[in-house]
Amino acid sequence: MAVKTYREALNEAMREEMDRDESIFIIGEEVGEYDGAYKVTKGLLDEYGEWRVRDAPIAELSFAGLGVGAAMAGLRPIVEFMTWNFALLAFDQVVNSAAKMYQMSGGQYNVPIVFRGPGGGALQLAAQHSQCPDPWYSYVPGLKVVAPATARDAKGLLKSAIRDDDPVVFIEGELMYNSVKDEVPDEEYVIPIGEAEVKREGSDVTIVAHSKMVHQSLQAARKLAEEGIEAEVVDLRTIRPLDIPTVIESVKKTNRAVVVEEGWPVCNVGAQVVDDIQREAFDWLDAPVARVSGLDVPMPYAKNLEKIVFPNAGHVVAAARHVCYAD
Amino acid sequence: MTREPTESTTTGTDEDVREDAASGNGRPNAAEPDFLGMSRQECVEILRLMILSRRFEEKTAEVYQMGKIGGFCHLYIGQEAVAAGAITPLRDDDYVITAYRDHAQALVRGMSPESVMAELYGRVDGCSKGLGGSMHVFGRSLNFMGGHGIVGSHLPLAAGVGYAIRYRDGDQVCLCFFGDSVVNIGSFHESLNMAARWQLPVIFLLENNAYGMGTEITRVAAVDELVHRGRAFAGLHSEAVDGMDVLAVRQATEEAIERARTDKTPSFIEARCYRYMGHSMADPSHGTYRTRDEVEQWRSDDPILQFRQALIDAGRLEEEEYEEMDRKAIEQAEAAADFADQSPLPDPSTMYDTIYSDAYPHDIDRRDAWREELS
Repeated sequence: MAVKTYREALNEAMREEMDRDESIFIIGEEVGEYDGAYKVTKGLLDEYGEWRVRDAPIAELSFAGLGVGAAMAGLRPIVEFMTWNFALLAFDQVVNSAAKMYQMSGGQYNVPIVFRGPGGGALQLAAQHSQCPDPWYSYVPGLKVVAPATARDAKGLLKSAIRDDDPVVFIEGELMYNSVKDEVPDEEYVIPIGEAEVKREGSDVTIVAHSKMVHQSLQAARKLAEEGIEAEVVDLRTIRPLDIPTVIESVKKTNRAVVVEEGWPVCNVGAQVVDDIQREAFDWLDAPVARVSGLDVPMPYAKNLEKIVFPNAGHVVAAARHVCYAD
Repeated sequence: MTREPTESTTTGTDEDVREDAASGNGRPNAAEPDFLGMSRQECVEILRLMILSRRFEEKTAEVYQMGKIGGFCHLYIGQEAVAAGAITPLRDDDYVITAYRDHAQALVRGMSPESVMAELYGRVDGCSKGLGGSMHVFGRSLNFMGGHGIVGSHLPLAAGVGYAIRYRDGDQVCLCFFGDSVVNIGSFHESLNMAARWQLPVIFLLENNAYGMGTEITRVAAVDELVHRGRAFAGLHSEAVDGMDVLAVRQATEEAIERARTDKTPSFIEARCYRYMGHSMADPSHGTYRTRDEVEQWRSDDPILQFRQALIDAGRLEEEEYEEMDRKAIEQAEAAADFADQSPLPDPSTMYDTIYSDAYPHDIDRRDAWREELS
């Protein structure tokens, strides 16, 4: 196994899948000659040519829709959004076309497509370029939503997403491309969509997180361990379908839970997870479930304010202490 | 609204556009004496499809009023020349995609009146198993790609089909129908731009029936003629035709198909037509936004009667033959409604079968015991 960056892992996943299946093509802004705005598609144009790596005009709605039409006609498109912020322009195609086609055609047209790109906050990009799209898509039946936290997961899950016969929203982390690196198997592997993973075992409190917040949670767990609190960190990896059994199993063991995510607090992923915990593990809980999220504001530009808005390991530690009645 | 046809191939300069405008009408007159080289049988078949569309839609209106059909239901009556003229020259392996006024295109493409009517009834024998309804008619075996309900949303899909055709080095075409209100929406410009830039074999067929719901298109479009909207794109052939004349539509489409097959050039055709009914079954055919006189005037130029007369005048059709075809079409529409009426309702236990291709866990709806007790 070699240590690879999150970015390299994604690039490898696409390369391997494109070698395996000629019906896969990539379309998006700057994916070709520029090598990708975040260099995730680096080198692919040279290797596969312009019909398989297509530089799109700045027209998110329609290049996303082009992907849906191509998928209906038998191809397997990967639509890259430069960031998920811009994908709001394509929301109609993701929700009204891709997600619903199989159902409203009575099962005649499935749409094997991956919509991918970076989401989440970045550094001082202000309100329109710093936000978490996860709940917007997780709400929609017909979509699958994936948000990996590690390079290993990113590669294995992207390969699964590309092979999936239905639309997959694949949310990467703008701040993880380079900063996240871990061991990626040398041999061929895939990670199934819909399976959470316990990233750290512990007995005292369950911390549920996904994407970038997995790293904040692991950091918090190390800090908590110094105080004698052993936290179990469950990485959801997939938001739709949620792997609730893994979460419940952990909560039944620890009897306490903290649900962490980067985005806004209202109607978010955590709200769903908490509902599932109270339904399935009510009698096992020794404390109300705590939630950690970003603050309920559009992201401010000023550095000091931005720092307050982002959840961090300190928040997770405080919430964990709280549910353990250790604060 | 003028129905004077115009033609141009965009080469991208103002000068060319001016020259096009000055050269005026390059298209031969509609009533081609040789019927575009079609045999008598081919002509009669086109007429038959137009009559079937008309009678089917009349029956649809009738049963809608009886409460047999729910939701939105947009009828095609008056526009039959466009679907019949444009779809009949296609090959079986070509693709058709359209908006929500989609019954006639499906019938002309060869879908059975039974399967379409059963879909309108929300029955299990409907082409989309009763899950789509009037606005989502799909027929994959005929490459009939729906039935899309959001204005302008299927134009990018058509571009994607064109992309897939070129990707595989095929020589098929994708024929994409849409209404006049689409010329103002972003996806129209974005899709024509991509199709023109990458030379995708798509025929964008604008059915200009003059009104987007109750708004006359000239009130909301800052352009003299909608066909001009296509002229902004280099590498896109744009022209306008009389959409009440099935031969004019057929000729323009045949030429567009040829361009798309041979050199992949996409086309934008504005077919100037008219719908006799309201925007949907919920709307009156005239009143606040148009007069009865206007509707009557267009009716006097009816595409079916016009083509029927041309065929009779040319000795290609007997009056009795027409009457027989009409009787048959009425019977087919009746039979379709009877079939739909008898078709079973979809089984609730199948509701989750076609949301995902795989065994997706749908247990979230099944975790509440009280839900079962209530249903």
